[in-house]
This record gives sequence, C-alpha cells and structure tokens, in this order.
Amino acid sequence: MGGAGGLSDSDRQWSEEAFSRRTIEEIKEKLKTVKHKILVLSGKGGVGKSTFSAHLAHGLAEDENTQVALLDIDICGPSIPKMMGLEGEQVHQSGSGWSPVFLEDNLGVMSVGFLLSSPDDAVIWRGPKKNGMIKQFLRDVDWGEVDYLIVDTPPGTSDEHLSAVQYLSAAHVDGAVIITTPQEVSLQDVRKEISFCHKVKLPIIGVVENMSVFVCPKCKKESQIFPPTTGGAEVLCQDLKIPLLGKVPLDPHIGKSCDKGQSFLIDAPDSPAALAYRGIIQKIQEFCGLHQPKEEHLISS
Amino acid sequence: MEAAAEAGNLAGVQHIILVLSGKGGVGKSTISTELALALRHAGKKVGILDVDLCGPSIPRMLRAQGRAVHQCDGGWVPVYVDQEQSICLMSVGFLLENPDEAVVWRGPKKNALIKQFVSDVAWGQLDYLVVDTPPGTSDEHMATVDALRPYGPLGALVVTTPQAVSVGDVRRELTFCRKTGLRVLGVVENMSGFVCPHCAECTSIFSRGGGEELASHAGVPFLGSVPLDPELTKSLEEGRDFIREFPESPAFPALLSIAQKVLIEAPARVP
Repeated sequence: MGGAGGLSDSDRQWSEEAFSRRTIEEIKEKLKTVKHKILVLSGKGGVGKSTFSAHLAHGLAEDENTQVALLDIDICGPSIPKMMGLEGEQVHQSGSGWSPVFLEDNLGVMSVGFLLSSPDDAVIWRGPKKNGMIKQFLRDVDWGEVDYLIVDTPPGTSDEHLSAVQYLSAAHVDGAVIITTPQEVSLQDVRKEISFCHKVKLPIIGVVENMSVFVCPKCKKESQIFPPTTGGAEVLCQDLKIPLLGKVPLDPHIGKSCDKGQSFLIDAPDSPAALAYRGIIQKIQEFCGLHQPKEEHLISS
Repeated sequence: MEAAAEAGNLAGVQHIILVLSGKGGVGKSTISTELALALRHAGKKVGILDVDLCGPSIPRMLRAQGRAVHQCDGGWVPVYVDQEQSICLMSVGFLLENPDEAVVWRGPKKNALIKQFVSDVAWGQLDYLVVDTPPGTSDEHMATVDALRPYGPLGALVVTTPQAVSVGDVRRELTFCRKTGLRVLGVVENMSGFVCPHCAECTSIFSRGGGEELASHAGVPFLGSVPLDPELTKSLEEGRDFIREFPESPAFPALLSIAQKVLIEAPARVP
C-alpha cells in the first residue's frame, strides 16, 4: 500500500454517496437559529476536550441572556452528561424533533449518553452507524434560538470528525478550538488535527494548552508533570502561526468538579486555572464577534 | 475461515495481550511500552502492534520514529527498536510520508489496514505480542478482536485513571470485552497521584480510588496503581528505557507488578 495520509479517492466517493446534498441543506436550515458554532477538537485523547467544552458552555451561559447549546458527538465515550451533572437524564421527542436536556434555561445539552439506559452500556458501533447518530443530532435536535453551539468531539481524525464537518459544510462553522497538553506525544497528534482542519477548510480559532504546570497545594512550588520537551503549545503555535488562546495549569479541583458534575468556574473562581479558562473564553467570544455570519444565515428576530 | 486453518505470520507468537481503555489519554500506549520493556528485561522477545491509526504514539516512545518498513516473503518486516532485536514494532506511524499528515480514514479502510497488520506482518518467534489500541469501542477494536480471535489472545489489560469520568468510559470497555469474549487480565490505574518533588506531599490530581472500585465492580483483578512521574513522561518523550534507567521511581513497582502478572498468566504453550 502506498502513503497513508490524507483523503483517498474511495473515501471521497463514499462520502459523496453517504452525505446527500439534501441532508446537508436540511442541517443548514435547522441550524439557522444558531449564531455561532464551535468545534472542540484534539487528535490526542485525554487532554481535556470535554472538560474544556463543558466549561466553555458554563462560562458562556453565566450570562443568562446568552443561549448556549452543548453537543457531545463522542459516541463511544460520552463524558459530557457526567461532567454537566446530567447523568441519568433522558431525551424527549416532540413534533419538532428531539429536545435537548436543559441544565439551565439557557444551557441545553445533547449526548448519546442520554440514550443509554445503564452506565455499563457500551456503544459498539462501526463508522456508518456513528455517522447516522451524528446526522440525527445535527438534523433532528430542536435547539431553538442559540447564540453558541459547542460541539465536543472524540479524539482522532476519523468518522465522527469527517461527518461533523461534512454535515455542517453548508451551515457556517466559526471555527475549531484545539486542545493539547504540553508534551510532544500530544503535540504530534495535534499537528495532525491541524492538518485535518486545513484539509477540510475548517478555520482554527486557536490552541489551548491544558495541564500546563502543577502547583503543589502544600508548598506552592511548581512542577511540570507533562514536560514540554519540544517547547509545548507555544512553540507549536509559533511554528504553525496559530493563536495560542491560553495555558491552563493542572488543578485537582478541575477533576473533582467534573466528577461531581459541577462548574469548576463556580467551585474555584479565583484559582489560576479558572482565570485562565475565563481569559480563553473571552478570546473565543471576541473571535466569534469578529466573524459574524452573513445576514442570510440568520432568521431575523 | 481464513486464518484458523494456518497460523501464518502469527504461528511463532506465544501470547497476545491487548491494551484497551475506552477513555483517551489514560496511558494505554505508555503501559504497552513499559510492559514491553519490562518483559524484555525478563528475557522475553516482544512485539508491539500499534493499531491506533489516527494517533500512533509508540514509534516515538521507543525512539523508532521515521524508520522505514521493509518487505520480505512473508509480508512486512516489523521494525526492531534495539540491536538485540528483542523488541519489534509495527505502527501506521511508519507508513506516513509526513509525520504531521493526518490519517483521515473512515471505518472500512481502518479495518482493512488492521487486518493486514495482523496477518501480513512477519512477526517471527515472539514470546509476547502487545497490541496497543486507540480509545473507544468501535471499528479498530472490533477489527482487532475479530482478526486476533483465531489465535486465542491471552486477554486484555484495561487502563483507567482514578476519576469518575474515566471510570465511566472504561466500564463500557469492560462491557465490550464481555460481549466480544475477550478475557480481562486486570485493570490498571494510571496517574494515581503525584508526589511533589519539593515537599513530598502526594496530591490526587485526577481524584482517587476509581480503578480499584471499577475492578471490584466488574469482578476482575486490580493490577495496581501507577503514580504520575515526570521522569516516566520524559522517558517516553525521548524514547528511553524507563525500566532500566529508573528502578527507583515510584512508578516502577506497579509497572513491574503488571509485567509479573502477565508472566504468571501466560501458560506454557504445548510444543
């Protein structure tokens, strides 16, 4: 076999058959009430995509006038229900489609996790079935009027990512936030993810470096648990000319809040990690503000 | 059935172990690499099959990135990472023209490559073949289990970190093992805590206790907790032999105990 990079002809052909123009237009119509769409990607697992997506949603929704939607398309490992304190919730169907699960009046969530009856249930699906679920999530969920739709993704550059991008191809995605940790084993996957974004013409809002540094709660001295042996996200962003949105330190409170399904921004508001998150959220809002969708995509209010 | 009739390229492989998680970033590749190094130190010949096609981490962890893959009569020759030829490796990482190029494939193409990796790599005589997997319970996992089933894998090591969010995903992986008839050798809890090098205070950065509870809930052995050690992370970044260089590390006892469990579990094949 030859070189293994990029989209092959058979992938392209298969994708054209599977992704009918009609479905893409249906999704574009359905998402007309959504002003800004942000994908949270990585390439590497376990760097904090879902943690970031959850807290981006929490942070944006703190303004009760901002409508936020969080869509979890990690079909095999849906972490969002647990992180949002919504484990065990069920999804309801109505005439206008599926209703998301509302954490607050202005924060709705959808995940395959809500469709599973037990925490031990495994979703052992091949690509085509996962794609079908993602299609339903984008076409059949009744989000209503939304300012920000955040799409949390699984690690990798495969079915879920291709499907999300292809189904959203007519619906104007503001861009992707790419999460990494400082060490090279993460960065090497993140470079691939960036290459994926370029290939599918997905704008990149910027990179977030998670688990940057650990401050001992006892002696307050810093340690680098995941050493940036090749310069971390800072050097990667300089090399690839992509904005570094911020660096978030390792804080045990983050994991605890996620396990309890609470917002870490509320649990530890003055911590360096919370301040870092807020700075990053602000930059994302600024990016979206600068790149307003054209008028024809919005339903006039 | 194609493979059951003749063992072909896996004929010389004594024991096959899968390393699974469900959750990303818990240390599957780390545990796979350290297990291989520990087994080597116990005098065994080890192969590593890296079926993470989107994020192939193992070549770098063994300082083998950029190496070329050659063909022989039996198929592809795995890449030997040491002069003694005691550890060999196959990964899609070796097939990429540019390491930053993304492998953007859908399921069917991934399945096809995994089948090739299982049947067309000339592994030769190995005591152990360690199969490192990506997170999830999807195409790669089904393809790998299906392709390996005729060869009777020893079982799976399932890796988690302590916090509930990981355990939540790993429970599903244990269901996957049950449904596919894959025996679980045990649960490994990684990133179990961090001992501050300045004041020796141990902090549970990623919560605590989840691994042991999970093993108990699922009725499978708990193989040990591996604490966070920046020396371990650095060794993997630089492709060094952590088992040889850092026997004093707090991570060493747990890694050794995992290897010992594997050594005990492996019954002698009837010659």
